Amino acid sequence: MKLNTLLTSAAVALGLATGALAAEDKTKVGFVYVGPVGDGGWTYEHDQGRKAVVAEFGDKVETVYVENVAEGPDAERVMTQMALEGADLIFTTSFGYMDPTINVAKKFPNVKFEHATGYKRADNVSTYSARFYEGRAVQGHIAGQMTESNIIGYIGSYPIPEVIRGINSAYLHAKEVNPDVEFKIVWAFTWFDPAKEADAAKVLIEQGADVILQHTDSTAPQAAAQAAGDVITFGQASDMAEYGPKPRVSSIIDDWAPYYIARTQAVMDGTWSTSDTWNGIGAGMVKIGEISDAVPAEIKASALALKASLADGSYHAFTGPIKKQDGSDWLAAGETADDGTLAGMNFYVEGLDGDIPQ
Amino acid sequence: MIRLERRPQPSPIWSMATPLVAVLATMIAGGLLFAALGKNPVEAIRTIFWDPLFGEFAFYYRPQLLVKGAPLVLIAIGLSLGFRAGVWNIGAEGQYIMGAICGAGAGLAFYPTESVLIFPLMVLAGGLGGWAWAMIPAVLKTRFGTNEILVSLMLVYVAEQFLASVSLGLLKNPEGFGFPGSRNLQSWDSAHNAELIAGSGLHWGVVAALIAVIFAYVLLNRHMLGYHIRLSGEAPRAARFAGVNPNRLVLFCLGLSGALAGLAGMFEVSGPSGQISIDFNVGYGFTAIIVAFLGRLHAFGILLAGGLMALTYIGGDIAQSNMGLPSAAIQVFQGMLLFFLLALDLLTNFRIRIGQPEVA
Repeated sequence: MKLNTLLTSAAVALGLATGALAAEDKTKVGFVYVGPVGDGGWTYEHDQGRKAVVAEFGDKVETVYVENVAEGPDAERVMTQMALEGADLIFTTSFGYMDPTINVAKKFPNVKFEHATGYKRADNVSTYSARFYEGRAVQGHIAGQMTESNIIGYIGSYPIPEVIRGINSAYLHAKEVNPDVEFKIVWAFTWFDPAKEADAAKVLIEQGADVILQHTDSTAPQAAAQAAGDVITFGQASDMAEYGPKPRVSSIIDDWAPYYIARTQAVMDGTWSTSDTWNGIGAGMVKIGEISDAVPAEIKASALALKASLADGSYHAFTGPIKKQDGSDWLAAGETADDGTLAGMNFYVEGLDGDIPQ
Repeated sequence: MIRLERRPQPSPIWSMATPLVAVLATMIAGGLLFAALGKNPVEAIRTIFWDPLFGEFAFYYRPQLLVKGAPLVLIAIGLSLGFRAGVWNIGAEGQYIMGAICGAGAGLAFYPTESVLIFPLMVLAGGLGGWAWAMIPAVLKTRFGTNEILVSLMLVYVAEQFLASVSLGLLKNPEGFGFPGSRNLQSWDSAHNAELIAGSGLHWGVVAALIAVIFAYVLLNRHMLGYHIRLSGEAPRAARFAGVNPNRLVLFCLGLSGALAGLAGMFEVSGPSGQISIDFNVGYGFTAIIVAFLGRLHAFGILLAGGLMALTYIGGDIAQSNMGLPSAAIQVFQGMLLFFLLALDLLTNFRIRIGQPEVA
């Protein structure tokens, strides 16, 4: 017998079984995490979203999760296992889970899948992501005015469009308020490795950076900045408020809870359908953490004004005129970037030094 | 008073029994750990060791044991030959990566041609890639006397940088919207290391692992070279008197273990994994060191040890999902296994005496 048939019939059998036990009628939601739930960043916030689902639906829902799942065959096995055990909806929360999600979804047509930050969809696979670059614009705006050395350090994880988008957005808005600002970028090639991230932060501080932006998930850069003294940082993915009011002066918070609740509700109601969600500050998927007192009041006020204009859609974080790093034109004056270009962004804007690693 | 007394001969019974006792001790200590976390220890142990083999969904997990165990066994077999000869290749992870890159690269160069020759070419390239990467510490050792432990380990990190580089550049999927990672070989028939029998988990990597087990057994027990390997490890001076050329042995052991690790990487990238990506390697090369020792550096022992490690991985994930155990607890559990094995190894060479030593 083919595995597909076997798995499908098992899934169908399970579906029947759960149908028969209609008295219980729990919706089972699975979460696959790339890091530990205690990372204080990316995975932590996804797990907060899971807890919000539990809080919202109580006994009507059962959630399961597996943390530290390597991208590749391990992820595929974990997803299959969740589907076999009767999950109705599975959130796969890392870009590298894309092909595994599609593979497993093919075998379980009755289970709904939600893949974060990817671009492959199917009848039972939706994708979702947040417009973190809107938060980066606010960060850049604050960072550009707060820096005294005019050097801003940036810890990149992997040179993928999402990260490059964040660098460009932060740079454009820092440059806008401080024409002398310079970005130094270190690629850590990891999402979560406290030791590497701390090293990266130290290197940047030694090179004169007095602001550290990070696109990695641990709080290690915050600790390194605290140890170094007069350096400011921003929380990434999670508020990281324990490092406030300084070095952490603000943060980008991913708030997945409303989305997870809405999608779980849709599965319960039988109204779930494939979608591609990309929400920003306006929809509440991206939040700006409390701007601390270490930031002067007028900078805080203008940062909040920028946030408000991003939220109501009156301003787009990528509004021309913007040139690419090589000097070629990208956006004409007043023109805003389209989502397609943003989704696959693989170039720096004019003024950034260095090359995107290849 | 308890004291240790060296045995005149290593105990053959304890040599066989320590892995089993270590597994039992791990179950007990692990059970206590799980109980301390507020979980039912019996259920946790059953979930990890029993459910993947005989539980409700064993039809899915059993094939997964082959998928997870095959690269471990293939790499560990190569390592065990070197370990027996006192040649310490710690860098199998790097050789695994280079094998995958070379194998996938050789295939993707011909994309989208369909030909039966592509897969064999990829196998060849994968083995050669791992071999070449292992020859760096081998040649440095034989020419300049460098330490192969350090060099092979450091080359793992170099290989990881190569992996990131090709994922972002040379092998990046041109249709991937700028995201890193190669094309998925699973969707290209000529390069796909598919299951030989659908639903069995049996792919070419599993076949290669089984062949390697038999090959290693024959080599060590029925062949002059195998005798030289064992002799060099157990009595290096005697080996030199017997005419063993230590340099040739270093080149052979490192080269072979590198080639096998490279093959493992190639079979993984063309099969279960499907694509080269920045996070392609998940530590098989390091876990295989544990597997080699857990299997007492014996070919069939490694086969069993590889299966056991695969079981703890798969069962561990099930326990996480079904019982809410944190992944750190599962990792501690796996660590205990090696810890108890090494600790109990003492009993092979020593016996425990209780009471005062007799006065001579």
